[in-house]
Amino acid sequence: MGTDTKIKFNHSAFENQLQKNIAYDITKDEAFNKAANKTSPLNIRKKTRSTLAPYTGVWNDSTAIHLLNRAMFGAKPSDVTTAISLTPSTTVDALLNNTPSAYPIGLNWYENTYADTTGVAFGNSWINADYGDGTIDYYRRIGLQAMWMKNIMKQNFSLQEKMVLFLYNLVPVQFQLVGDARFLYQYIQLLHQYALGNYKDFIRDMTKDGAMLYFLNGYINNKYSPDENYGRELQELFTVGKEGGQQYAEADVQAAAKVLTGWRVDSANISTFFDPTFHDTTNKTFSAFYNNTTITGQSGSNAGDIELDALLAMIMGGQSGITAANYICKKLYRFFVYYDIDSNIETNIIAPLATTLINNNWELKPVLEQLLKSEHFFDFQSQGCYIKTPIDKICGLTRVLSVPVEPLTTFEDEYWLYVRQWYYADAMGMGVGEAPNVSGFKPYYQNPQWQELFINSNTHPKRLQWTDQLLTAYGHYVNGSTSYKANLPLFASTLSNPADPDVLVADVVKHCFGLPVSQIKRDYFKAILLSNQTNNSYWTIAWNDYIASPTDPTALAVVTNRLRLMLTEMFRMAEHQLC
Amino acid sequence: MNRKDFLKASGITTAAIALNGLPIKAIADKADQVKKIRGTSTDRIFVFVVLSGGNDGLNTVIPIDKYAELAAARNNVLIPQNQVLTLNGSITTGLHPAMDKMRTMYNSGAINITQGVGYSNFNYSHFRATDIYNTASDANTFLNDGWIGRYLAKRFVGAPNAYPSVDFLDPLAVQIGNSLSTLLTGPDGQIGFALQDLNNFYQITNGLNLDPPPNTPAGHELTFIRYINEQTHSYIQSIQNAAAAGTNTVTYPTNNYLANQLKIVAKLISGGMQTPFYIVEIGGFDTHSNQVNSSNNSIGDHAELLGKVSDAISAFYEDLKAQGKDDKVAGCTVTEFGRRIKSNASSGTDHGTAGPMICFGKNVIPGINGMSPNLPAAADVNDQVPMQFDFRQVYASILEDWFGVSAADTKEILNNQSYTKLPIFKAAPNGSTSVIDYNNYTLGAIHVYPNPMKDHATINFESEGGQAHIVLYNDMGVRIKDIYQNEIQKGRWSVNIERGTLTTGTYYFTIYIENKSASGKLIVD
Repeated sequence: MGTDTKIKFNHSAFENQLQKNIAYDITKDEAFNKAANKTSPLNIRKKTRSTLAPYTGVWNDSTAIHLLNRAMFGAKPSDVTTAISLTPSTTVDALLNNTPSAYPIGLNWYENTYADTTGVAFGNSWINADYGDGTIDYYRRIGLQAMWMKNIMKQNFSLQEKMVLFLYNLVPVQFQLVGDARFLYQYIQLLHQYALGNYKDFIRDMTKDGAMLYFLNGYINNKYSPDENYGRELQELFTVGKEGGQQYAEADVQAAAKVLTGWRVDSANISTFFDPTFHDTTNKTFSAFYNNTTITGQSGSNAGDIELDALLAMIMGGQSGITAANYICKKLYRFFVYYDIDSNIETNIIAPLATTLINNNWELKPVLEQLLKSEHFFDFQSQGCYIKTPIDKICGLTRVLSVPVEPLTTFEDEYWLYVRQWYYADAMGMGVGEAPNVSGFKPYYQNPQWQELFINSNTHPKRLQWTDQLLTAYGHYVNGSTSYKANLPLFASTLSNPADPDVLVADVVKHCFGLPVSQIKRDYFKAILLSNQTNNSYWTIAWNDYIASPTDPTALAVVTNRLRLMLTEMFRMAEHQLC
Repeated sequence: MNRKDFLKASGITTAAIALNGLPIKAIADKADQVKKIRGTSTDRIFVFVVLSGGNDGLNTVIPIDKYAELAAARNNVLIPQNQVLTLNGSITTGLHPAMDKMRTMYNSGAINITQGVGYSNFNYSHFRATDIYNTASDANTFLNDGWIGRYLAKRFVGAPNAYPSVDFLDPLAVQIGNSLSTLLTGPDGQIGFALQDLNNFYQITNGLNLDPPPNTPAGHELTFIRYINEQTHSYIQSIQNAAAAGTNTVTYPTNNYLANQLKIVAKLISGGMQTPFYIVEIGGFDTHSNQVNSSNNSIGDHAELLGKVSDAISAFYEDLKAQGKDDKVAGCTVTEFGRRIKSNASSGTDHGTAGPMICFGKNVIPGINGMSPNLPAAADVNDQVPMQFDFRQVYASILEDWFGVSAADTKEILNNQSYTKLPIFKAAPNGSTSVIDYNNYTLGAIHVYPNPMKDHATINFESEGGQAHIVLYNDMGVRIKDIYQNEIQKGRWSVNIERGTLTTGTYYFTIYIENKSASGKLIVD
């Protein structure tokens, strides 16, 4: 089928889908509501005895894949090889200390779709340019989100990108609502700067970030009529949280809002500044939760910074600091291990991690190091239970399959490709930059369903369709000259022994399934590879023919067709949605 | 420009991601919003019975007239001639003794055999040969999708993503057993899906042989995802309805993997499922060794397989007949290649080329297309069963004469090549008969004299020579008799037609020579 026909097909399918697209309402999703957690599934997990003591158990493909799946996006075979050449401890060290990937870039990729009127030529950076208009800004924003997807797909052997997403989910802005790509670029820079850095410094800088000031109304917060939005979320969502017994009071929200008066956004210079004329210079007194602390009112050009530092020292110090550290460590635990936290885990895992965070003055690395090197992290009860996020699914599988996303014909096509992948992720419930609200993505806070929310009657079919489409001969259509599709023989050749169908199946199971599967199941997959013949040598001969002449059309078609059918079947399995 | 406009302009939308062939619901409650439409004019069903491994055609449809040649080439696997099941009206051809049930079907007019089906430059690899048969490609071309997938994508525009739709709620194709075949790969992904056990929908939607979930958090989430997998399957309601409404009216043979599959197909058809294509498969035909029992060539692995095929297809046919559903169901066997004329020393046969394709159903034209295969007097390992018909001629017949696909569309589906149809099906859905459609006098001028005839007539035709076969049909397309069957030399030929028992009326004859054919009208006065 030629391109023309394909385009026509896409259009007809698109029209058809439009008619079908009825707004999804999870409260009416009978399947989800029947099967998802009704209560926190505390009874599932046997009381764990594993602690934060360093893991000393076996270190093999499977355990390395567990670590890489959680610390990165997908366990790419070459990364697994790297990991098992190290120890669990040195692998975590590498993940923490390797040079991270570059920041996302902000370039004019949209010129041929919508001309930039701010003097930014095609291919040039807009990060210091004028705003332009809403459409220009739209293309800049979606381009930024597309490059975020690219960064993840091209990630180094590093924890960086996972932590960028962690921080985004914890302290999010909504790109569309902020509506100025230039500030969003700076916001993403902050996420990258602090991904493996100091959380307290991160919050301090984020408080003064232009996108955040826009998003939570800090830019209009003034002494005449304080806006409490940021002052509340700073406490409720970014630091101490709202769980548990003793809590901050409403008065604390009001007091914090006063502390934060006077920060302004300078759109023309794409920066933020403190305007003392709007700052509330009175003393701010906090509740018993904060030990009845009074922050002395300041005036002058440094007032904002002085009071902000005092505010964060108060919140993130003393007893409230312990509460905040526990809150952040629970967030980390749910992001890297599992959502279910019982009292046992709270005592033996979360509390010691929180102590580490405080003892290291809010540096994130020591906490991550302690968690990811721990025997609890490698506990069998911690493995295979993580429902892959849409980003794990899309970027992870892209990495694992070595989907050749480059070279693309043009710079513009590259953007379109990642824009499209961003939309797939968004449709599945996790568009980076478009968290549904300031609380982040629901699967990380909505008790008792938690991550089960990623799998429902709306998103699950899209997830499976995306994978199916990736495996077709045509892949994901980008435009007339480019598509985004898996090269299956190339993927197979990254595995340990693709000529042996038993090993091939076992390798795919290891890399792509959250749980091991039985011999019966593996034989079932192998039968697809063997076209229902029973002799392994038929596949071995076919594979060796392909290796001997990789461009021979017969040899290529024979192995591609069989891998496609087998992987299509495997990736439809529920096991594939877990890691 | 807002986000919505952008989506429209760029063709990107969250909805547009649903561009592929997974049989799953886009929206949880969609099934409530659509009404099922049944009983359209194109409600014919075809069952593709895959004999994987490469079936030994010479020991299946046995050329009784070539016993000397067979004995010289394959005595150690040869079925004793006195055990071959004879077929009414044929002195040249019989069936393997294990195929008693199919012999009965043949003699009752429910079987059509096409001899020597193959293609040029045969490939002897299971994988490549399977791909060729599935994709309907030439030996040296490579197609990504299957011929059935292309047909379904053409018939059901937008398939698989646009389905189920208000027009068609049933699966577009169902493969019983293992996972989907390349046959069902459409231009935009897999069309249809595989199921094995009607009583366990969990397995239908989550794959076969489900592992029990471990008693861990991973097992907890696995169970949850499996349930959503099942419930979002867009065809589950349709299958459940059909399975509940359907029934089997005959006892199917036990210990018969193929019969188990056809039993499910019959039940779904009985329950009103409109799915036009079913694929069933039985493996084990790769009989390099021990094809026959060393002490008795009539029994052994191959005999068991053929017995299963024969028993299963017969039970399926009887089941549908008893339920009055046989009118709209037909099927055929297909295998990736035949086996060598000369047997090997392990009581087996090695990979070969052409072989017979057996079509079955109430509405097939009974009889045999083509000649008893022409075998050398003393075949060596390089001799192969000669090809008489291209396998895509059978596919073209299925498409045009069974499903009523236009010749132009058939050509497109078959990779833009035209294939002469064969007289396999009595009548296309639009009522025209397959034989009357013939209009390509590729064999040169044909003259019939006298016409109308009384006691006898003579057909004159010119030919390049080869295996010739002339068949007479009535005006309903039903095969009446074989007029002539022999190898001819290049030149002008005359063949006599005797009236015999022919009643007054209009008849059509078709001359098949090698892979060409031509037809003409004959009136009996």
